[in-house]
Amino acid sequence: MKPYIREQKQFGLDTIPEDTCFEAGYLVTVNAGWRSIRPVVAADKCIGCGQCYLYCPDGVISLQDGKAVIDYDFCKGCGICEKICRPGAIGMEAERK
Amino acid sequence: MTKKFLSGDEAFAEGVRLARPEVISAYPITPQTIVVERLSEMVEDTSLDAEFIHVESEHSALSCAIGASAAGVRTFTATSSQGLLYMAEGLVYASGGRFPIVMMNANRSTALPWNIYGDQRDSLALLDTGWIQAYAENAQEALDLALMSYYIAEHRDVSTPFMVNLDGFILTHTYEEVEVPEQAQADAFLPHYETDNCFDFDNPKNMAFSAGPDTNYLFKYKEHAAMLRAVPVIREAEEKFAAVFGRQYPGLIDTYRTEDAEIILITLGTIAGLAREVADSLRAQGTKAGVVRLRYLRPFPGKELAQAVKSASALAVLEKDISFGAAGTVYTNVTSALQANGVTAPVYNFIGGLGGRNISRADIEAVFAKTASGTQQVNFIGIEVENA
Repeated sequence: MKPYIREQKQFGLDTIPEDTCFEAGYLVTVNAGWRSIRPVVAADKCIGCGQCYLYCPDGVISLQDGKAVIDYDFCKGCGICEKICRPGAIGMEAERK
Repeated sequence: MTKKFLSGDEAFAEGVRLARPEVISAYPITPQTIVVERLSEMVEDTSLDAEFIHVESEHSALSCAIGASAAGVRTFTATSSQGLLYMAEGLVYASGGRFPIVMMNANRSTALPWNIYGDQRDSLALLDTGWIQAYAENAQEALDLALMSYYIAEHRDVSTPFMVNLDGFILTHTYEEVEVPEQAQADAFLPHYETDNCFDFDNPKNMAFSAGPDTNYLFKYKEHAAMLRAVPVIREAEEKFAAVFGRQYPGLIDTYRTEDAEIILITLGTIAGLAREVADSLRAQGTKAGVVRLRYLRPFPGKELAQAVKSASALAVLEKDISFGAAGTVYTNVTSALQANGVTAPVYNFIGGLGGRNISRADIEAVFAKTASGTQQVNFIGIEVENA
């Protein structure tokens, strides 16, 4: 399995590709740089129903050991998972840098 | 080599056939239709081994060509006027992705009022989309540009899409004798397209990605630099073309009796032929007249143009285009380049041929006369009014 994201290099005129075609795995900006709130899963409340997995528009939620797990490198913080979570296991928390 | 009696569209189709594109996607529009009709017939009769994709719109035609180019094959599309404008979104995807697609555009007026006849407002409105733009004068040059455009576009120093413009009807639909090269000659001139800018299942890549504010400008600079590198590649292509086919093209501009000319008319496309005839007759009457035909508008031949017009005391730019509220776009480009290169002679703009209106010999004589005597900055041929 290849890494989803490679370590971001400092790109300059000599190191960017000539065309918009490059080795996969370099994100331009992790989570597109605009996430202001992030979903946080309370594992004790999560029943593993998979609704958040089905509804996530970015496909960043997976189920591991029967619990929802979020990939924060790709999550844009839209909050749909929180809205769809009937047991109330997902809450949105402010991003702090 | 065989001689055939062909229209501009047909000659271009012959050139594309000889270039062996593997994917053609197009949507018909007057006056481009014949070029894609001929190509689809060639695919049908197997004289051209290509996938011909009939799409539902010009937006899809160019999108298809981009996808095929991203799969690593030589591609062709063609359009005109409203179709080109409908492709506009895809034009910047193709140039930004550095996909060396070749497109033939039949220069035609833009709506409204609706009109199918030739002028250059369609391609000139899209001069800033990062495509190389060439303008053919006759059917032979159209065929030859079909071959040279692939050589230039696909060159590793360039990797930039190429739009070849043919004046609608005046060139696309008029017939003349054209030398059609043999396939072996074309193959000797144009190598098979090889690129790394394509999908690779064994070595996955990001294709046509996004780039944020930290790197985006670097990609835009590279597009600019690649377009400038096209200048020597155009020269190289024309030298190689001359060696294989025996026809030498004059580079970015085509000059006629400019060496000692006092009044020079700068224009593009088919009208250059009549302009040269008028220059000859003016010279017979004692006026030192000359003509420059711009063969390329991107990359723009600023230095070449300034060098060609240095003897002139007054200059005219004749074009089938107007950028409302400013001047003709060719004029704006010309005056900017001349000023940057130290040419101080006055330059007057003449707008003619809009919506296919004929530009007559008398019109061009009047252009030379007004340029010699001095006139307002922007002049509409056939409309004698003072502009603000």
